[in-house]
Amino acid sequence: MNILAIDTSNQALGVAVMKNGEIAGDLTTNLKKNHSVRLMPAIDQLMREVSLTPEELDRIVVAKGPGSYTGVRIGLSTAKTMAWALNIPVVGVSSLEVLGFQGRFFHALVCPFFDARRGLVYGGVYEWKKGRLHSVYSEKNMPMEDLLSLLAEENSEVLFLSPDISLHQESIAEKLRERAVVPEAPYHLPKASHLALAGSMVEPVPTHTLTPNYLRMAEAEAKWLERHKGKSHG
Amino acid sequence: MTKDIYILGIETSCDETAAAIVRNGTETVANVVASQIASHQRFGGVVPEIASRHHVEQITLVLEEVFHEAQLDWDEIDAIAVTKGPGLVGALLVGVNAAKALAFARQKPLIGVHHIAGHIYANRLEKEFQFPLLALIVSGGHTELVLMTEHGKYELIGETRDDAAGEAYDKVARMLKLPYPGGPEIDRLAARGEEIISFPRAWLEDGSYDFSFSGLKSAVINKMHNVQQRGETLKPEDIAASFQASVVEVLTEKTYRAAREHQVQQVIVAGGVAANRGLRKKLDERFAGTDIPLLIPPLELCTDNAAMIAAAGTISYGQGKRAGLDLNANASLLLN
Ligand SMILES: [Zn+2]
Repeated sequence: MNILAIDTSNQALGVAVMKNGEIAGDLTTNLKKNHSVRLMPAIDQLMREVSLTPEELDRIVVAKGPGSYTGVRIGLSTAKTMAWALNIPVVGVSSLEVLGFQGRFFHALVCPFFDARRGLVYGGVYEWKKGRLHSVYSEKNMPMEDLLSLLAEENSEVLFLSPDISLHQESIAEKLRERAVVPEAPYHLPKASHLALAGSMVEPVPTHTLTPNYLRMAEAEAKWLERHKGKSHG
Repeated sequence: MTKDIYILGIETSCDETAAAIVRNGTETVANVVASQIASHQRFGGVVPEIASRHHVEQITLVLEEVFHEAQLDWDEIDAIAVTKGPGLVGALLVGVNAAKALAFARQKPLIGVHHIAGHIYANRLEKEFQFPLLALIVSGGHTELVLMTEHGKYELIGETRDDAAGEAYDKVARMLKLPYPGGPEIDRLAARGEEIISFPRAWLEDGSYDFSFSGLKSAVINKMHNVQQRGETLKPEDIAASFQASVVEVLTEKTYRAAREHQVQQVIVAGGVAANRGLRKKLDERFAGTDIPLLIPPLELCTDNAAMIAAAGTISYGQGKRAGLDLNANASLLLN
């Protein structure tokens, strides 16, 4: 199977190609630069280097969020439209799960998260069992404090994975002490080859129905609901 | 005989997800628009984040429908044209990235189109251009006078210094508590009212083709307050008629003067507000006795659509202009 994997959901830009079931290329940059400008040239370059034409692709896999709303949409617009044009299936994988793959050989709880500003994070808790990633607490947009309280109650070591680890390292250490495991820099970046692998194991959804995994309502919508709480629908 | 040119157009600059296929820049083969008006109505205006969310959900559906309608294969498509700006950046990005994905997947040339160039070229789907040509573009985001001496060449000779005409309509509509979108509502009310209040006309300096609508908007607010404080009432129909008379007179007169000064062969009107009956009537009257033909496209070509983007893109295609896979959206792109 030939798979193109795309991740623009957070700061890192990742593109990988799986060719005949092998990872033929994995391109990652971790820069504060524009995904919209850089994504297609990156795909074009990688596809050339691994000698694949677009028609030879069998599947497209995309990190569907959570993350930057705009970043997630750049990835999904590209992946969905390309899959539709090539008439091949598309698979969306949670960006947190992709990051969770960096904890493949950790035998306790794995907690990938992305900073969501104002003390909030997008986070989930997982566990690796028999080579599969299992969800322990489903991913949510919540205060980091709540996530840490939840984890503090577990009598277990926790591996924290996040490109935004530096923002929360202190509160992690404070709450979980020696039970917190924080690895070195490379482990905090999601890898597009992991995304390709994750996507190869899932059933595709119909292309039109693939939507971003924002984990959060649009602000205007949330405010509107707040204002209309308790009022009957007219 | 030369081969027919088929261009696929994509437009997502505001709250319409649109795709279309146009033949030779003059004939619409298929034109699909998924409007989001219903989703934004409860907020009283377009919410950028919600618009962007809808675009991602709609884009492949709209593309599929356009190909279904056109009964064409990818082999027959010569290039992909997409709105690269101006507009809401998050919304534009969905279309731009979708277009790049298509260009890559199907190995087709990619063309970036200015939204206003699109509005102008909507008219070419009705009638061939005669140069020099003057275009009045009026919409929720734009009020511009553009002079063209040849295909693909645009000279901005006048623009709004504050609010766009459509914006002024929306704001006044909100004051009158009319449902969103307010422009068509005001037009409807105005048709039943009379111009009993003389609101100011912003002519600006002598010879200027620029516009200004914020003063008019304030004048309407003040008038409504004063009347209310005196315990009197004004009929909304009359406020609408008086407001519209001011907007329409300035738009019409400046367009007429610019057309005369530049001795144009054609005047075309474009943009959502071109659907306004009051504006159409006044322009028709003004140009009736002259030798300058006035073109106003049908309603579905006035509002945002992708056929106009494909039509404008056809010109760029013929001129050999191509965008790279690094094409980006530009919220405040200039027309040149
Ligand atoms: Zn427009």
